[in-house]
Amino acid sequence: MAFAAPPGRIVVVGVSLAGLSALETLRQEGYEGELIAVGAEGVLPYDRPPLSKQVLQGHWEPDKAVLREPGQYDALGVTWHLGRRAIALDPAARTVTLDDGEPLAYDGLVIATGATPRWLPGTEGLGGVHVLRTMDECLTLRAELEAASRVCVVGAGFIGAEVAASARVRGLDVTVLEALPAPLARAFPAEMGAACAALHLDQGVDLRCGVTVAGFEGDDRVTGVRLGDGSVVEADVVVVGVGVAPETGWLESSGLPLDNGVVCDSTCATAAPGVVAAGDIARWPNNLFGETMRIEHWSNAVEQGAAAAKRLLAGPGEAVDFAPVPYFWSDQYDAKIQFLGRCRPSDEVRIVDGSIEERRFVALFGRDGRLFGALAFNRPRLLMAYRKLLAAKTSFEDAIAHAQAK
Amino acid sequence: MRVVVDFDRCQSNAVCMDVAPEIFEVRDDNFLYILDEKPPEALRPKLEEAVRRCPTQAISIAED
Repeated sequence: MAFAAPPGRIVVVGVSLAGLSALETLRQEGYEGELIAVGAEGVLPYDRPPLSKQVLQGHWEPDKAVLREPGQYDALGVTWHLGRRAIALDPAARTVTLDDGEPLAYDGLVIATGATPRWLPGTEGLGGVHVLRTMDECLTLRAELEAASRVCVVGAGFIGAEVAASARVRGLDVTVLEALPAPLARAFPAEMGAACAALHLDQGVDLRCGVTVAGFEGDDRVTGVRLGDGSVVEADVVVVGVGVAPETGWLESSGLPLDNGVVCDSTCATAAPGVVAAGDIARWPNNLFGETMRIEHWSNAVEQGAAAAKRLLAGPGEAVDFAPVPYFWSDQYDAKIQFLGRCRPSDEVRIVDGSIEERRFVALFGRDGRLFGALAFNRPRLLMAYRKLLAAKTSFEDAIAHAQAK
Repeated sequence: MRVVVDFDRCQSNAVCMDVAPEIFEVRDDNFLYILDEKPPEALRPKLEEAVRRCPTQAISIAED
């Protein structure tokens, strides 16, 4: 081990998916020292994707959104500090300070504190306005949806779109407000945003793009959202889905370089010895794509948590680049949306299977003659074939030829 | 070892097929098919990776 003679002590701060993946990988890789996990939510790790879908729709109860059986947690041999926050890091002394003031010494540290939803100004103290990140937030929102008839979702990103779909499936009137000219317009070419929009328009959602939110109506409890043109969208419940901010506040005094996340090298190591980061909080150069990125998706949390754990255990010269093909999926109504790789609005688009009209297609994204990404609606089998092509830096021309040969 | 899929959870993301095509196949009907319910021991690492990476945590391994 690079950082300490065994047995040592590794502290993992943040016990959602990335933290859990790191803990499991450390044991799988043969680490036998002390493992301490610190989690703010007060519960063992659980699975977040169902919160905007099955749990919110009422199809699942919370106990189904588990990641592991209790016995699997026991077998890890972890000391859990649940319901506790880390408030400071001293990389020179190699200590993390918890919110009871106790300094916790470490030989290795995994930073996996994730991200927190952004709020909008004017919502403080106003009932009926929600964000969705945690199980508690999900259950509070679900209880309110049971009594509501009109929901307004601010933000047509993936969380907003999934919440809108779940509310619509529950039979509620749904309005979605988006500041951009089309959903996902910051990441994808316009026709892909239009395809996402069409899913909601098909279901009778009132999707309004290019609008700004000026404020909220209501005294104690929200009654509507006021737009920039002065009009009001009436709503019993408002859900704010305008993105998340990496949970870096506790690191501000540490001297660790922060830049919209914790700055890592290509192997998930931070600037401090024995400190790695993974998941929503980590910003690192992905050398497969020649781009520094911070990824907020499920699969990356699993893969980067594992990579960061291996990085901690790596000896001199053994560190390897973390250079995955990013992947995410989203389920909205009966549509399965899946994406591999990277995309920019200016990328060249080629639909190689199906059509947007059918709501079944595979679209490829090319830049500088190279395949950079692939997006599919209801085409999981075809989509997955592109992961290997993306990992091999296939030319756009060859990727299209691959599609045509199918 | 035996492959167990909870089809109530499975959403046919096809990540398992990418990891272990010897065991899993998502077909054009968008349903997952288990090609080898009792795969050879040599496929255990791939199967474990498929378990870990399944976005809906629908796969498990039974030892019987």
